[in-house]
Amino acid sequence: MSDKKKELKPNTYKFDTLSLHAGYQPHKNAGSRQVPIYQTTSYLFDDVDHAAALFNLERGGHIYSRISNPTVGVLEERVASLEGGTAALATSSGMSAIFLAVMTLCEAGDHLVVSSQLYGGTVNLFRLTLPKFGIKCTFVKPRDTEGFKKAIQKNTKGIFGELVGNPGNEIMNMPEIAKIAHEAGIPLMVDATYQTPYLCKPFEHGADIVIHSLTKWMAGHGSSMAGILVEGGKFDWMQNDKFPTMTKPYEGYHGLSFAEEFGPTAFTMKARAEGMRDFGPCLSPQNAWNVLQGIETLSVRMKKHCSNAEEMVKYLMNHESVAWVSHPSVPDHPDHELAKKLLPNGRGSMIAFGIKGGKEAGVAFINNVKLASHLANVGDTRTLVIHPASGTHSQMDEATLKFAGLSHDMIRLSVGIEDIEDIKNDFEVGFRAARKPRLVSNQ
Amino acid sequence: MKFKVDNNDVFASTGGRPFDKKKPLIIFVHGSGLTHMTWVLQTRYFAFHGYNALAVDLPGHGLSGGESLKSIEEMADWVSAVIDAVGHKEASLVGHSQGCLVTVECTSRYPDKIKTLSLMGGAGAIPMNPQLLSLAENNDPKAVDLMMDWAHGPAGHFGGHPVPGLYHINTGTMLAKSRTIQNTLGVDFRACDNYKNGFEAAKKIKCPTLSILATDDKMCPVIEGKKLAALIEGSQIDIIDNCGHMMLLEEADRVLTVLKKFITNNYPPLSS
Ligand SMILES: Cc1ncc(COP(=O)(O)O)c(C=O)c1O
Repeated sequence: MSDKKKELKPNTYKFDTLSLHAGYQPHKNAGSRQVPIYQTTSYLFDDVDHAAALFNLERGGHIYSRISNPTVGVLEERVASLEGGTAALATSSGMSAIFLAVMTLCEAGDHLVVSSQLYGGTVNLFRLTLPKFGIKCTFVKPRDTEGFKKAIQKNTKGIFGELVGNPGNEIMNMPEIAKIAHEAGIPLMVDATYQTPYLCKPFEHGADIVIHSLTKWMAGHGSSMAGILVEGGKFDWMQNDKFPTMTKPYEGYHGLSFAEEFGPTAFTMKARAEGMRDFGPCLSPQNAWNVLQGIETLSVRMKKHCSNAEEMVKYLMNHESVAWVSHPSVPDHPDHELAKKLLPNGRGSMIAFGIKGGKEAGVAFINNVKLASHLANVGDTRTLVIHPASGTHSQMDEATLKFAGLSHDMIRLSVGIEDIEDIKNDFEVGFRAARKPRLVSNQ
Repeated sequence: MKFKVDNNDVFASTGGRPFDKKKPLIIFVHGSGLTHMTWVLQTRYFAFHGYNALAVDLPGHGLSGGESLKSIEEMADWVSAVIDAVGHKEASLVGHSQGCLVTVECTSRYPDKIKTLSLMGGAGAIPMNPQLLSLAENNDPKAVDLMMDWAHGPAGHFGGHPVPGLYHINTGTMLAKSRTIQNTLGVDFRACDNYKNGFEAAKKIKCPTLSILATDDKMCPVIEGKKLAALIEGSQIDIIDNCGHMMLLEEADRVLTVLKKFITNNYPPLSS
């Protein structure tokens, strides 16, 4: 050993190790190396004292699987660890995670400032459903950073956005928008489904609550629906009087003040104690286990997703049948530089491109690819394609399509981890058909 | 709840139950750079079972006002002042890590006031690694990361928090970074390093005392905890396997079970 003093380095586990191990101790589970699937609704109390203690949040533990479950708990801790968060709450889908986050934060009469480039389901929630609960939203274009500031009102309780909007690939300037939120004393909530913590950890850029549809890249294999909300732990709920349900005694739990009692985990504690109790969108232990399987290989898969996506971007940009390509790795993408900063490990595997020949060509392409799957999902290990103008958004006219950031010629591509040559060969078949749409469709 | 000591605001969690002067008082004293929040899995039980459980934020920490106290002796006097400030004549003390130094010193100074003493991850002295001390005094967040690494045992590093969904290494990190590191952790580490009276103070303690130690505690190893306990007349020891310095989170249930038995036997609750 050298006698030179060694610089001290923290040896807490790093990302790839946490992906496999965080949240689980085999010696407390009969030595089972895999996380057991606790397929149960409820849990024995030791005695009445123990039962009361669990109900009063005097001690940790499980009561009923709507509120918490040991298998789901491993997933929650694992995602919290990967995000650099203090706590997490898993839900039955991405949509229920978003809904729970909003309902934990807001009451009737409140307002949110929301990015206009969101997953369609989320747009509907904010535009049509939340107003039914008395919660109103103002939509702001993701690149209009100042617009977020201007839209904040006295009753605004938070800002919500997707880091990279879909399908236009517009990136919100998260660090700047976080500053705006914090100056107004409100939290920033980010849906980071498309990034996963492997590509971006929003807490490092000022976000306060991170939401994932785990259905996508996190689970990764297109097998299971799941969602999660993760808490950063930095937001001070007591700095103003905007969040009385976090800071004032809560009738539903013997006058408990979540912020005082649970500090950096207060949001998650409230989302579970109130949200899971009253709304109940719990994740099944089997699905939690499936998602855990996916997360074990998250970084391996994300690397391949991203490298395949960059190959596909090059291929499409040089293709005679392609009019345009949108992906943050393209040098003239308006957010190319911001993407480098926020997504240093890769720019994600969602590509939008325009096919020459418009809607008809789009239809022919989709109908003729054989390897790429035509379906309404993203973030599968397999390559997925969809032509919004003829499928999901077929009722829209040109103007409405434009407002939604879509066009007749747009194909949305979620690049899988197949052999890249096979994906390209498949696309050649699609493009060939698109160049002669009538011929092929008459066959 | 909030009250004043030396004209400064003090915050103390009451475990989710209102403070009631009729009930016996237990004061929980946190470790270096941390806050009342570390006690959440112990305080709520006592609060619901006939005690005033007061998990204080030391001055300059958590939600308390004022500046961090610079010596263990000052902190010991401050704990005694807390008992007066909330209108009690006596209390049971529970300390973790630095909180053990504080409560040992306090018990030796105010033998008539302190009825039982529970020490978790304690030692008679906590000399600091000079590099760690200097990082904390220079406001380097690496000090917190190192502390979280050393404070959790090998099992604790994997997580497995008793409260579903919480990841305690990140929670601890967030607590320790919630205020300026050099003003909390930096001052606390220096106070620990300077404190030399632990073994002498221990010899004076006559009240029932419990030491909870953990086999994988790198910060206050079992052998150090035992040395301290050996000097306290009739003190009990409980050793937890497979657990690090953050036993109050890593093995929260086990700690609570031992603590519950010890305190209720020696300092009974107000029966309802
Ligand atoms: C960005 C984003 N957020 C949320 C959701 C909703 O998630 P789930 O389908 O798991 O409810 C989706 C689904 O496509 C999505 O793409």
